[in-house]
Amino acid sequence: MLKVAEKLENIKPQTMAQKILAWHCGRQYLDAGELVNAKVDLVLGNDITMPLAIEEFKKIGVDKVFDRDKIAIVPDHFTPNKDIKSAEQCKYIRDFAHQQDISNYFEIGKMGIEHALLPELGIVLPGDLIIGADSHTCTYGALGAASTGMGSTDAAVAMATGTAWFMVPETIKFIYSGGLKKWVTGKDLILYTIGLTGVDGALYMSMEFTGPAITALSMDSRFAMCNMAIEAGGKFGIIEFDDITKKYLEGRHTRPYKVFHADADAGYFKKYEINCDNIELQVSLPHLPSNAANAKDLGNIVIDQVVIGSCTNGRMEDLAIAAEIIKGKKVNSRIRTIIIPATQNIYMEAMEKGYLKTFVEAGCAVSTPTCGPCLGGHMGVLAEGERSISTTNRNFVGRMGHPKSEVYLSGPAVAAASAIAGRIAVPEEVI
Amino acid sequence: MIIKDKVIKYGSNVDTDVIIPARYLNTTKEDELAMHCFEDLDEDFKAKAKSGRIIVADDNFGCGSSREHAPIAIKASGIKLIISKTFARIFFRNAINIGLPVIASVEAAENISQGDELEVDLDRGIIKNITTGMSFQVNPLPGFIQAIISSGGYINYTKKNYKTV
Repeated sequence: MLKVAEKLENIKPQTMAQKILAWHCGRQYLDAGELVNAKVDLVLGNDITMPLAIEEFKKIGVDKVFDRDKIAIVPDHFTPNKDIKSAEQCKYIRDFAHQQDISNYFEIGKMGIEHALLPELGIVLPGDLIIGADSHTCTYGALGAASTGMGSTDAAVAMATGTAWFMVPETIKFIYSGGLKKWVTGKDLILYTIGLTGVDGALYMSMEFTGPAITALSMDSRFAMCNMAIEAGGKFGIIEFDDITKKYLEGRHTRPYKVFHADADAGYFKKYEINCDNIELQVSLPHLPSNAANAKDLGNIVIDQVVIGSCTNGRMEDLAIAAEIIKGKKVNSRIRTIIIPATQNIYMEAMEKGYLKTFVEAGCAVSTPTCGPCLGGHMGVLAEGERSISTTNRNFVGRMGHPKSEVYLSGPAVAAASAIAGRIAVPEEVI
Repeated sequence: MIIKDKVIKYGSNVDTDVIIPARYLNTTKEDELAMHCFEDLDEDFKAKAKSGRIIVADDNFGCGSSREHAPIAIKASGIKLIISKTFARIFFRNAINIGLPVIASVEAAENISQGDELEVDLDRGIIKNITTGMSFQVNPLPGFIQAIISSGGYINYTKKNYKTV
């Protein structure tokens, strides 16, 4: 026992990323910059990335996936199937899932948007090392996991071997103090933060979100923050396990989990200190997520469409805020307002709480879970010259449709207020 | 391996949505993806790619989605190499994993223009700009990554090195 204690004392301090990666390759310490091969706890793919991953998997020459319980296949992007080709892709991954007896395959009707669904079902957990063939796999860092997006070939190899190669990242520490203004959520904090770092300010790095304002932040807001770490170029977005995480996991986690904490004197590449007292509701202007601005200062920006949903903001907190603002009003008759609860459970809860009734009565379209409009797939594609405000995560050229359309990113409060006003607005203007 | 070709030059933050828009992701067929490569960024790309098969760009090339369809579309368009000041992390992995060479070099990217002719020695990490006469030495990739590239991609590497228990 003494021996172990002595040994541990000699280990250099480490960040969350270093500790979780070290644990998964049987080491006690890893330096930033090291290349390691590590065991993964889950490999994820969707209806866009999984067909390619399965084609590559079949070339490796193994018959079975490494562990049927450690693979998740979620057909959420172009589903319910938007066209014949999408239907063929879904059929291909469905057949594979059944043939390999994959435990975590979710058919339409049980399917939700992957990054909302897997935490909700307790499939991704603190201390896990997770890779997903989807860039927003970094969402699960909100649970204190190291989780990151990779491509289909990486997913294919991991499905065969249960391992992936990683470069141990440097870490940037973000320390948030102060309190949140009315209506401000995790989405505003992350848009503001990406405005500071730029879209490549955390390239190849882990982002640790810390401080008293994070400790006070809801789980849904934490997911929204970690979800967008990739929009700063980040590999991981991580929030340490605490009482809020613990409470979220009660009755939910499907297996035991391991909690890691960053050492106080760990080496950080950079630190940002951010006072939330001053953060207003944010909007990121076309065509980069880093173009963050205060929503109240934007003037008269007329919109054609509002989308409230996605892996960033399709959770209960988001729908509750939208319902509070929209209740008893009508959305602007000139625009389309599309609301997409991210999972079936969220859909049910929103129904029980009366939110869906509020939305439909106001003139919103409410959809079954899908990523659809976020990536210009279906369920809200923009025409030439059209403009959408959206609670999604990317506003690149052509992201939601025509290359000459525009996407403004916001949290649920600005999106809901804008739906009433028919232009970009803050809640105070419509309540 | 030596690559000698002309340059197509782009700016910063060339994202995966302009490399291959999501509306075309309902297929994995290389030739179909190549048909739409860069169509939202540069409608002349296909014509340019007939005479220029090296892409040179500024910061954060390939940012955005994890779609491996992006490097696949570029490779299937006949592009032999991408040189950029920096690459987005997932795109960089994906390119290596499918055997599309990528070189990160600020100095080279700053000193190469549209239409320049380059001669690039991938093994020795030397980029020669034949048009300007300038030459750039870049750091070789880590051994493990070189092994993936020399195997012809991550799948071939895995086939060679992974033994089922």
